[in-house]
Amino acid sequence: MMPEHRLVGLRIREKRLDRGLKQASVAETVGISPSYLNLIEHNRRRIGGKLLADLARVLDVDTGLLADGADRDTLDQMRVAAAGLSIQVELDRTEELAARFPGWAALIAEQARKIAALEERSQVLTDRIAYDPQLAGSLHEVISAVSAIRSSASILVGPEDLDQDLQRRFHENIHKDSVRLADSSEALIAYLEAPEGVLEQSGSPFEAVEHFMQKNSWHLPVLEEGAVPTEVLKTAGLEGPAKTVLRRVLADYAGGAAKLPLAPFEKACRKFNYDPAALAQNFNVPLMMVMRRLAHLPPDKGHPPMGLVICDAAAALTLVKSVPGFTIPRSVGACPLWPLYGALSRPHQPIRMDVALPGRNGTRALCFAVAEAQGQGSFDAPPALQSMMLVMPDPPETAADPYPVGVSCRICPRAGCASRREPALKGMDIQTVL
Amino acid sequence: MGKRVLLIEDEPNIIEAISFILSRDGWTVHTHEDGTSAMDKVLAMPPDMIILDVMLPGRSGFDILRDLRGHDTTSQTPVMMLTARGQEKDRDLAMRLGANLFMTKPFSNAEVRDHVRNLMEA
Repeated sequence: MMPEHRLVGLRIREKRLDRGLKQASVAETVGISPSYLNLIEHNRRRIGGKLLADLARVLDVDTGLLADGADRDTLDQMRVAAAGLSIQVELDRTEELAARFPGWAALIAEQARKIAALEERSQVLTDRIAYDPQLAGSLHEVISAVSAIRSSASILVGPEDLDQDLQRRFHENIHKDSVRLADSSEALIAYLEAPEGVLEQSGSPFEAVEHFMQKNSWHLPVLEEGAVPTEVLKTAGLEGPAKTVLRRVLADYAGGAAKLPLAPFEKACRKFNYDPAALAQNFNVPLMMVMRRLAHLPPDKGHPPMGLVICDAAAALTLVKSVPGFTIPRSVGACPLWPLYGALSRPHQPIRMDVALPGRNGTRALCFAVAEAQGQGSFDAPPALQSMMLVMPDPPETAADPYPVGVSCRICPRAGCASRREPALKGMDIQTVL
Repeated sequence: MGKRVLLIEDEPNIIEAISFILSRDGWTVHTHEDGTSAMDKVLAMPPDMIILDVMLPGRSGFDILRDLRGHDTTSQTPVMMLTARGQEKDRDLAMRLGANLFMTKPFSNAEVRDHVRNLMEA
């Protein structure tokens, strides 16, 4: 495998050739000799600092992208793409591929996302056919009517001697059932010819809600200004289960906005350095409310980006707000070491964990998790636990070593992990990402 | 009087057709349309055989079958399940719960008659 620092030169060369620039002219612009640029491009000289920034400017590319190659999310998505299919690929060359062909890398990542979304939708449609009570009811009506007609007609044309009263009775039955069959067939056709929009909305309700929230950057000024959730719900364009899920999300949002008005909350966020526990204590509100509120901060006010994940007691994800640098996979199971899941076994006990993802840069994130019972509770039923995790990528360095976690077992290189539930893909060893 | 068959089904015209077919074949056919009170009906006058629809108002045929097999009086009574849902998992469930036969709608009259004959002779 080619070490990462050696790929910088390769990326510079690729970008220069993409732009159709001569080595000599680029070298002159940044004030170095063509032979020195040649050495850089062939990874025989290290490069960084001002020279890298100058080259990035000349090549019209982001310095970070030139230095680090593809972002971590793209690399993770490429590995998830490999995990989803049984085709053996050169996993150890993922970063090289992303560096040399960023467009193709983005395409692979995007295709992986689309395949996951399509698989989800396919599952929803399969479930719909198998379990939708409306469809099952319509089909039952049709088949019942057909059964009755077939049986009555067989009696009429069979060898049995029927008096006139019986004949009339079975004729009437056939007539009634034929009318019923016509009606139920029409209802079935109307159902199957549902407008495309209805089908679109029948996708995973959680993802439909997340898509809506993402379109609004997870910040809804109307709710901040005191509007009731139904006003947003009316214009959201979601129906069915997605509308129900959105109603719950909006109710939580509005409840938080009422208790923690935006202006004082933003001020306190800066004062307490976005520490959820300190904010909860300051405002005397539940920790989960603060964590939700942090995830809904306006995106254009200089707040750090924050992700939010919520799961139920079965560890099924019910809300995912992604954040760059910390991939939260929906299509393959996430890392069981995340405090999101740890909190489920320690309800009401907040967990703060500085984590490091596997990889060359050891991407770090500060995670805050807590699990709480929802609702009023009952003596006769287990508590409806919900776990929530707030993710803040790239926190300030601390003296303590971050706790090593992964994204998902299939693409995790950490050997000897006691929580591993399935082997990593072939080629996904520690060398692949370090 | 012929042997008693209890038909538990909620479609009136199917009830009428099956009743006619089996009556002409010598069976005494009793009928019941509601799932909730089906067990009471069975225990009040235990039949020699039961034809049981799956989708009934109040209670599913699977639940009734489970009760039938758990009751001393009816644990051995032949039961033919009748349903519009012909999916393999429904068939498997019916057989696991102790049905003797599983027949899907739409059915032919001869099929119903032959199955009832065979089950009663078995």
